[in-house]
Amino acid sequence: MNPTKLRGWPLTFLLAGVTGLSIAPFYWLVVSSTRKDTEVFDWPPKLLPGGSLGENLSHLEQKIGLLRVVGNSLLVAGVQTLGALVVALLAGYAFAKFRFRGRTLLFALLLSTLVVPEQVMLVPLFKMMMNLGLLDTYQALILPGLCVPFAIFLMRQSLSSLPDELLDAARVDGAGELRVLFSVVVPVMRPVLAALSIFLFLGSWNQFVWPLIALRSPEMHTLPVALATLHGNKANTDYGAILSGTALSTLPMMVLFLVLQRQFISGLLAGATKG
Amino acid sequence: MTAAVPSVTLAKDAARAHRNARRRRTAVPYLLLAPALLTFGVFKAYPVVDSLLLSFTTGSGSASHAAGLANYRRLLDDPLFWTALRNTGEILVLQVPLMLGLALLTAVGINSALVRWRTVWRLGVFMPSVTGLVATGVMFAYLLKADDGAVNWLLNAVGLPAVDWLGQPFWARMAVVLVLTWHYTGYNAVIYLAGLQSIPRELYEAAMVDGAGPVRRFTAITVPGLRPVLLFTIVLSTIGTLQLFDEPYVLTGGGPDNATLTVSMYLYQNGFRFFDFGYASAIAYALTLLVSVLGAAQMRLMGERDT
Repeated sequence: MNPTKLRGWPLTFLLAGVTGLSIAPFYWLVVSSTRKDTEVFDWPPKLLPGGSLGENLSHLEQKIGLLRVVGNSLLVAGVQTLGALVVALLAGYAFAKFRFRGRTLLFALLLSTLVVPEQVMLVPLFKMMMNLGLLDTYQALILPGLCVPFAIFLMRQSLSSLPDELLDAARVDGAGELRVLFSVVVPVMRPVLAALSIFLFLGSWNQFVWPLIALRSPEMHTLPVALATLHGNKANTDYGAILSGTALSTLPMMVLFLVLQRQFISGLLAGATKG
Repeated sequence: MTAAVPSVTLAKDAARAHRNARRRRTAVPYLLLAPALLTFGVFKAYPVVDSLLLSFTTGSGSASHAAGLANYRRLLDDPLFWTALRNTGEILVLQVPLMLGLALLTAVGINSALVRWRTVWRLGVFMPSVTGLVATGVMFAYLLKADDGAVNWLLNAVGLPAVDWLGQPFWARMAVVLVLTWHYTGYNAVIYLAGLQSIPRELYEAAMVDGAGPVRRFTAITVPGLRPVLLFTIVLSTIGTLQLFDEPYVLTGGGPDNATLTVSMYLYQNGFRFFDFGYASAIAYALTLLVSVLGAAQMRLMGERDT
């Protein structure tokens, strides 16, 4: 082995260490969620997965109504992602491909809320949903997440680089604007849309503060709210159940991430790398 | 010349059709924007304004009335608010440099041609940022248990004493720092990696020809080349940490003895446990002020080195 190759080893060890620390908690989670709840805190910790995952999940179903809760999460995240995607696509298309009065002003207005912390909106949104009688409903969770200024910004940026000739060709052929958008623009933009969907879905799947505030009844809970509530209930000592729920909220995303890593990384870093 | 008449009307028709099409065209962008503007107005702009107005009122519901600056005055005299601010500040000052330093080191490592299995490291370190914050908090609440948690077992195994992570004020804040660092280091490392890959290789080659060592190359080429992404990550992490909520809520519940109470948690308590909307709104605007001042200051500081 030549000396240049050898020089790489200290860095490789460092990276192995950082990677090990990044992954170890997941491994522990897999082991703990597949073992009996009495074994979670064995000393030394158990190193191999067991066969109790099904039992843990069925305990969790009894405690929080797991299926219903996962269904809530999927429904809210799915509808919100789709809605926010369409809103952002339409608005981004308008900003990128049309000249109209108020364009700069409206765009600046939309972006201005990027610097306002989410917490500012919590009290007014709560009041609004209370007055509309929408507390504890899916609408309360979905509606505030439909306008994502960052997504609009990203769509505008990506659509700007789309050649006008492509659109004009379709218009000459007599296609209406929506036809142009959905049969010409969308197919070309698929990679960006995929990355943005992942960004939106992950954000929605994991959102916590607002659902915590807007929801009352356990059967409306999303997975993070249900887990946090069960975790906060000190009377519950079924750690196997709660950790299997944690695994369930995390591991599907991990698998999806490993399959679609390129879209994940560009989705989560969207905008970041352009500095 | 019978053919001339229809051709004239045809031309007129065409002109009218063209005008109509143009009118439709000018309406098109507004129609496309309508869903965004509607949802923006109702769920973003209105709450931002309403929150500001609420911060000058006191009482709740129909019983609320104007209170001038009373909420803000109360804020300045509220020891718990200052505790929350101090906790948030302490976590911020320790966590952001620690995490970004580690992220930079990781990115330089992954970018190095000398290192093996670079794709594996890149995937591995990014994985925590895909996890939700609640899941992360729950996981670490058990990993960090004082008497039988896996982290303390590991510490003992390498000869270090066990730590009462969630029971001691200082260590509870360190637990929050640890969890944040675990969650976001890989994310920042991947941002840095993209930045590193945009620095032209020729710069390094030229520097090597000039006899610059690895440290000199790092400070003279890598750091300046990364300045935009460094700025981005510093501002983003600072803003994010100032708004810290999920992790301490799940991990420590703000305890022990308010040692991990953050500004956002205090806002939540006032708004949604005591339903003091006016006071919670004042806290929200204090937080906004803090976020904008710190963000702007960092941009100014980092930007000035340009000239």
